[in-house]
Amino acid sequence: MNVETLREIGIIANRSVRRTLRQPALIVPTILFPLLLLAINASGLDVTKNIPNFPADSYLDFALVVTFMQGGLFAATTAGTELATDIETGFLNRLQLTPLRAPAILIGQLAGSMTVAFLASLVYLAVGLLAGAHVEAGFGGALALIGLAMLVALAFGGIGSIIGARTGSAEAVQGMFPLIFVFFFLSSMNLPRNLIEVGWFRTVASWNPISYLVEGLRSLVITGWDGTALWRCLVTAVAISVVSFLGASATLRTRMART
Amino acid sequence: MSHDGITVDGLVREFKGGIRAVDGIELQVRPGEIYGFLGPNGAGKSTTVHVLTTLLPPTAGSATVAGFDVSTHGPEVRRRIGAALQEAALDNFLTGREHFELQGGLHGLSKADRASRAVELLERVGLTDAADRKVGGYSGGMKRRLDLALALVHRPSILFLDEPTTGLDPQSRSALWAEVARLATDDGVTVFLTTQYLEEADVLADRVGIIDHGHIVAEGTPQSLKEQIGRSSVEAIPANPDDRGAIEAVLSRFGEPAAASPKGVAVRLAGGSESLGQVVRALDGEGLEVAHLQLHAPSLDDVFLAKTGRSLEGEEEEREEAAA
Repeated sequence: MNVETLREIGIIANRSVRRTLRQPALIVPTILFPLLLLAINASGLDVTKNIPNFPADSYLDFALVVTFMQGGLFAATTAGTELATDIETGFLNRLQLTPLRAPAILIGQLAGSMTVAFLASLVYLAVGLLAGAHVEAGFGGALALIGLAMLVALAFGGIGSIIGARTGSAEAVQGMFPLIFVFFFLSSMNLPRNLIEVGWFRTVASWNPISYLVEGLRSLVITGWDGTALWRCLVTAVAISVVSFLGASATLRTRMART
Repeated sequence: MSHDGITVDGLVREFKGGIRAVDGIELQVRPGEIYGFLGPNGAGKSTTVHVLTTLLPPTAGSATVAGFDVSTHGPEVRRRIGAALQEAALDNFLTGREHFELQGGLHGLSKADRASRAVELLERVGLTDAADRKVGGYSGGMKRRLDLALALVHRPSILFLDEPTTGLDPQSRSALWAEVARLATDDGVTVFLTTQYLEEADVLADRVGIIDHGHIVAEGTPQSLKEQIGRSSVEAIPANPDDRGAIEAVLSRFGEPAAASPKGVAVRLAGGSESLGQVVRALDGEGLEVAHLQLHAPSLDDVFLAKTGRSLEGEEEEREEAAA
């Protein structure tokens, strides 16, 4: 990546962050919705901690990282919607008439959704701590949690970008939200895999990469520095990020049929 | 061809299903010229602009813009052209000035140059007071003017304007025409302008190409095209609808039938506008009363009608009625 591409990424990222921060409708639901779900689950499912071998002292500790995952999902929707909107409105044509390169558009565009994910992560963590959650890995673990959450947001953002670039429709991107949400519920999001008694569900959860993302983030809150959970999370997030970015890049190149 | 002109040779652009939006067009635009590309919706105007601005590769044929082939030298072409496309695609959440920051930055202008160009161009299009307002609050005319100014940020030698005044009120339209004319005359910018407005092509363009179903059906200066049609026409609307046939018979003595409004009868006057007096006397002599009698000088619509058998004006009215 040369200096010129970095400069282009900076310009597009600047625009992406500005326009994202000027749309409260993108930020507020991203922060509020996962916190509402956390509040409902933490109060309603707190007795789950009494299940033998349940790995946390409170369901709040166990479920806190789900907010980060949902924040990442919102980031995906934001990334995809913003790219699709640029296609729909013709703004992508404006960008194409400049020397800008396709990867610079993608990376720059993701900056806005990453900003949302960052702000949301800070709020989730602050609210969780205020509500009595405890990060077992300490201050460094909290920072790692935010870093991993950003990586998860990047991975999901890449998927959102593929759909945005492929369909060129903000509605289509928003339509994928429930679909990905199903994958969340088919993971170890709500219960550790070893406590899932239904065979097919445990199998699906074990094959579901979302489980490894959740378990990596969760380990920082409820276990401390768990190397196995962390490397699995990191590898999964990086793999999804790379594959989704390459996919989005190829799709956008096809969309940008300029000579 | 000069480095500030456009040459198009047998250009074809085919879409999925074999639809040929542009079907073998040939044209040349001279440096500093305003070339009006006139045609109805779906004629192939925007597709031609997309190919010439490198946004779409041609299916066949070739096109050279600013001395570079659009198929093989896209980046070189893009550096030399500015374009305001049909949809005036702006970011509603950015201010006018921030758009200059973005566009100027992507064209490689320095920070100081971007700032000075923003001041200069915003002033030129009358948007200085609105420069720091978000574009979402701009009117349609303001957005079009900003779009035009942004197309000029990197000092292009060729400017593509795709239906720049569609949807604008008459005042905004006139202001934009004045600016486009000034760009060509004062700055020597070559302008390729698509339009579906006859008046726009007539007032603004040095030469006009009329496109229909992907083919150029006529090309020349507005005056020379109208001279091809040559003669004026007269239209009479009967005071009594029952007299329509009789009026048609009288008018047919003076020339061939021409396009008329639904209630009217028209002929192209074989003897030119000088024969209007004879028409009036003939109608009077037959005791026929007309509610309305109008002499039409040849227009670009007459040229379009003569070349395609359809009226562009009729389509324009339908569009406006549909929009209302």
